[in-house]
Amino acid sequence: MPDSTPHPSPLELSSPDKTFLDSNELILNMGPQHPATHGVLRVILKLDGEKVLGVECVIGYLHRGVEKIGENRTYAMFNPYVDRMDYVAAVSNGLGYCETVEKLLQIEAPPRANYIRVILTELNRLASHMLWLGTHALDIGAMTPLFYTFRDREEILKIFEKYCGARLTTHAFRIGGCLYETYDGFERDVKKFIDFVPPKIDEYEELLTSNRIWVERTKNVGKISAADCKALGVTGPVLRASGVKWDIRKALPYAAYPDFDFEIPVGANGDTYDRYLVRMQEMRQSLRIIRQAVEGLPEGPIMAKVPKVMKPPAGEVYHSIEAPKGELGYFIVSDGSTQPYRVRVRPPSFVNLQALDLMVRGQLVADVIAVIGTLDIVLGEVDR
Amino acid sequence: MLDYVTSYLSSNTTPGQAGNLVWALIYILIVFGGVSVAVMAMNWLERKALAHFQIRLGPMRVGPHGLLQPIADAIKLLTKEDIIPERADRLVFWIAPLIILCASFAVYVVIPFGPTHAITDLNIGILFMLGVSSLSVLGVVMAGWASNSHYPLIGSLRSSAQMISYEVAMGLAVVSAILMTSLNPSGTGTLSMIGIVEAQQRQQIWYLFKFFPLGFIAFAIFAIAMVAETNRAPFDLPEAESELTAGFHTEYSGLRWSLFMLGEYAAMIAVSSIAVTLWLGGWLRPFPNALTGATWDLAFSLFPGFLFLILAAVAWVGVIRMPKHPYFRVQTLGLAGFGVVLGLIGLVLFVPPVRDRIQDIFWFTAKVAFFMYMYIWYRATFPRYRFDQLMRVGWKVLLPISLAVLIGTAVAGVVL
Repeated sequence: MPDSTPHPSPLELSSPDKTFLDSNELILNMGPQHPATHGVLRVILKLDGEKVLGVECVIGYLHRGVEKIGENRTYAMFNPYVDRMDYVAAVSNGLGYCETVEKLLQIEAPPRANYIRVILTELNRLASHMLWLGTHALDIGAMTPLFYTFRDREEILKIFEKYCGARLTTHAFRIGGCLYETYDGFERDVKKFIDFVPPKIDEYEELLTSNRIWVERTKNVGKISAADCKALGVTGPVLRASGVKWDIRKALPYAAYPDFDFEIPVGANGDTYDRYLVRMQEMRQSLRIIRQAVEGLPEGPIMAKVPKVMKPPAGEVYHSIEAPKGELGYFIVSDGSTQPYRVRVRPPSFVNLQALDLMVRGQLVADVIAVIGTLDIVLGEVDR
Repeated sequence: MLDYVTSYLSSNTTPGQAGNLVWALIYILIVFGGVSVAVMAMNWLERKALAHFQIRLGPMRVGPHGLLQPIADAIKLLTKEDIIPERADRLVFWIAPLIILCASFAVYVVIPFGPTHAITDLNIGILFMLGVSSLSVLGVVMAGWASNSHYPLIGSLRSSAQMISYEVAMGLAVVSAILMTSLNPSGTGTLSMIGIVEAQQRQQIWYLFKFFPLGFIAFAIFAIAMVAETNRAPFDLPEAESELTAGFHTEYSGLRWSLFMLGEYAAMIAVSSIAVTLWLGGWLRPFPNALTGATWDLAFSLFPGFLFLILAAVAWVGVIRMPKHPYFRVQTLGLAGFGVVLGLIGLVLFVPPVRDRIQDIFWFTAKVAFFMYMYIWYRATFPRYRFDQLMRVGWKVLLPISLAVLIGTAVAGVVL
């Protein structure tokens, strides 16, 4: 008899009286304290031996009510909070929020500020992808790339630290532009970095791309079709690896992205290996953008004219950017006061995580780990 | 009594063969103590080498360059609270690590470190070795079952499936080496570990190069299977950290956990010793055919002494490079002392009677050390296989190849 419910809860055992040893099915609780769930994600697996019958994610262990906090802070005061969502790509979060409020206030950041924003955001994309690569490889059993990527990510964090004093939750941008002018030697540091990184990316690829075990572990693992991606709202590298050429930097350009020449890498099969290749390509494209931005960095002010007390007109606005993990959108409703009436974040990690069950059904336990890694989730962003 | 003790010294055989229990006991103590020390050294070496592969320093604080780290770890593990999960099967939980430990240490009974340096020489040595070492599966299954928890259960199921499947290919590779020992006028082979090395000596070729590439392929199969057999990367699925936290020993801690580790490392050394005995000429020195003559014999016999002197020099370079700060005074002195000890050992190894006695053991140990380094190298380089891929490699790749090699060896032995 065909299963009438397409997605039955994996928690339902065939018979409640059976212990896990009597039945063929085994419920395995992975997390919230587990080395490979990238934070406090709890995944309940229904297994038949090693085969995964179903997966249910239990989230909320890192819920801090970021959206609710937004209703009780002024627009400027809420800015640092968004950095705590996707803490490995804090700059992208800040950029998205600032641009949304700017859209609401109908002001525009000056060109120099936009260029600085692009440089820092792309650096952050590199940092995020490096962290993803290291942890993803570690999940699949290759220990060494983790240390190589962290060594190189360190250089990015050093630039952030010199620019705004913070390494992780940077709060680099302000509504209307940037607070800080670039420090002396900023351009030199960035140029030095973009010359330093390509051989390092080659090094990572040398370790993994044609490594037989790596290819076997990732090819045809966690496949997802373009149609399924669209149905679930999956974005970012996961969507592009399935063959959809959708990148908000090109599709709905923001900041200074229209000025730059870069490509959108796409995959074909939508499997873990393709997602790996897409992200590796994206790292190289980011370097390309940074090079163009730092070479064409215009002179001028870095802050637009922003009222001391921000009172946007009543109304609502949605704005999204391409964060390292996918489409990061902010929906803000203003009632004309100094505080937002409602802030809603569309976090890419949360939406992408919903594809987990679809991607791992019928595969093996080890693939669940590989797929959680390849989805590149950050629990701070999933739970907010 | 004294006669009983000294009678062995005049005989030119192993204590087991001489039937001398006193000397057998002494040998057992030496070998087991030596293996335990080797495991500790391996522990330090693995952490240091792995760290340097990964642009880290590894242990640096406990003793100069972390030399005392294994001792500190051992003390920590011994003094830890002994936790047995509430619903565990206490007896089985308690026995499991002991079985693994005994299985991996019992193998050393037949390992020949030299023509007379073995506890005993069984005429079915290699069979004994394979049989006893595969007993550790039992310990793994018991540990996984007794923990009464999901992760250890899955880990132990994986582990037992893996060990059993790789033993098949491993056994066939071993048989092809044993077949080579029968290539003599009388046509009788041997299963004795010492006999296998002596056969290589008589045929004047290591079995690695015999019927090239047949011997080499058999060796390669064994080298792969032994990594899987000892649950090391890239076949470390039973303890796949990212999937099963720690596999079959997830629920173990403190002393019991350290017994598992001791057993694992002892098993690594043991299977490496089998590989060395079967294919790399056991205790025989390298280039016995090309570099012959008294001069070369002398040159090779000086090798151990020089190696220790070089190690002493490395330690002394470390002393010179130590920061000149009062904080580091104890560490500097310790490293200097360590260098002096190494240098003295090196000098002692130059003394002719010692030199001659130590030769076999040195070359055997050097070959085993090479395998130990390879283990670390694999761990730093490879991602982990998935369970089905592991089984496929074992049954569909290694097994047919080893069967083909076995047949090829038999044919080559008759024809050539």
